[in-house]
Amino acid sequence: MLLTALQKNLLNNYQQDFPLSPRPYLEIATTLGITEDEVLALFKDLSTQGFISRIGLVIQPNTIGVSTLVAMKIPAPQLHKVANIINQFSEVNHNYQREHEFNLWFVLIANDPPHLNQVLISIEKQTGFKPLNLPLLDDYFINLGFQMALDDKS
Amino acid sequence: MINPEDLELIIALQHGLPLVSRPYAELGKSLGLSEQDVIQRLQYLKQQGLIKRLGVIVKHKKLGYAANAMVVFDIPDQQVAQMGQRISQFEFINLCYRRPRHDKLWSYNLFCMIHGKNRDMVLKQLQTLIEQCALSSYQYDILFSQHCFKQRGALYGTQKNSSLK
Repeated sequence: MLLTALQKNLLNNYQQDFPLSPRPYLEIATTLGITEDEVLALFKDLSTQGFISRIGLVIQPNTIGVSTLVAMKIPAPQLHKVANIINQFSEVNHNYQREHEFNLWFVLIANDPPHLNQVLISIEKQTGFKPLNLPLLDDYFINLGFQMALDDKS
Repeated sequence: MINPEDLELIIALQHGLPLVSRPYAELGKSLGLSEQDVIQRLQYLKQQGLIKRLGVIVKHKKLGYAANAMVVFDIPDQQVAQMGQRISQFEFINLCYRRPRHDKLWSYNLFCMIHGKNRDMVLKQLQTLIEQCALSSYQYDILFSQHCFKQRGALYGTQKNSSLK
C-alpha cells in the first residue's frame, strides 16, 4: 500500500470536524496548499480504491431508532446457514463470525423497542437458536475517528 | 425525538457527502433546503450530540488494519464507568460500551474494540491496556473476528421494508 503524504493527511485529519462551510473542499485545499479540484480528485481516488467508504455521519446510538448487539452460539456446521438467514433481515447491519463459544455477532437496528423484540423473536423462530440480547447501556467512547500509523514500513 | 426534516437530511447523507464544489447546496436540492439551511441543521445536530461526527469514514481493512478484536471484561458495577472512560483514552480503542450481563450465559459487562494491523499487534495492545489500567485481576475474553457475513453503515429510515415474517 503506497499512500502519498497528501492522501494520509486526508485520511487521518478529516475524520471529524469536516468543514461545515459552503466550499469545504476548498477550505481543505487552502490548508494543504493545493487546489479544490485536486482535493476532490484525491477523495474520488481514495473512494474508488476503497480506502474510504464515504464522507459521512456517525450518529449517536439509540437516537434514531433503537439498536442492539446480539450474540448466538451456533454449531460450526450450521453457522453459514444461520448467518444467511440472519442476513436476510433488513434490520441487521454488521454480522461477524468471532472466535468464541458465542461465535455469531450482529447488530440490529429497528424503529422502536417492540419492533426490535419482534425481530429477535423471528430470528429465534427461523434459526432455532436463542439470541443473547446485549443492548448498549452506556457509551464511554468519545469518537475521535480512527488515527492510523500509515507508515508503509510498519 | 428527531424531527422528520432532520431525519430526511441524515438519510440523504447516508451514501456520503457529494464530491462536488458545493456539496451542501447539492444535498439541499433534493430536500428543498438552501445551502445555508443544510449547514445550519448539521451544525445544530452536531452540537446536540445526535451527530457524533461528520467526516471521512475509512475502511480499516483496506488500510492494513486487518485484525479486529472485541475485548470484554467483567468489571464491578461501581467501577465500570470510570474504567470505561479510562480505556477509551487509548488510541487503539475505537469503541467502548457497557452492556448487560446475562445470568450463567454471559458475565462480561464492558466491551471495547481494538483494531490492529495483525493479531500480534492487537494482543500487544491488549497487554498494554491490561497493564496500564490495572485490569489483570478481572476476568476478560478476547474475540477476534474470523469472517464477515455482512457489513454496512447503519441504514436509517429503511426499516419500513421490514423482512419480518
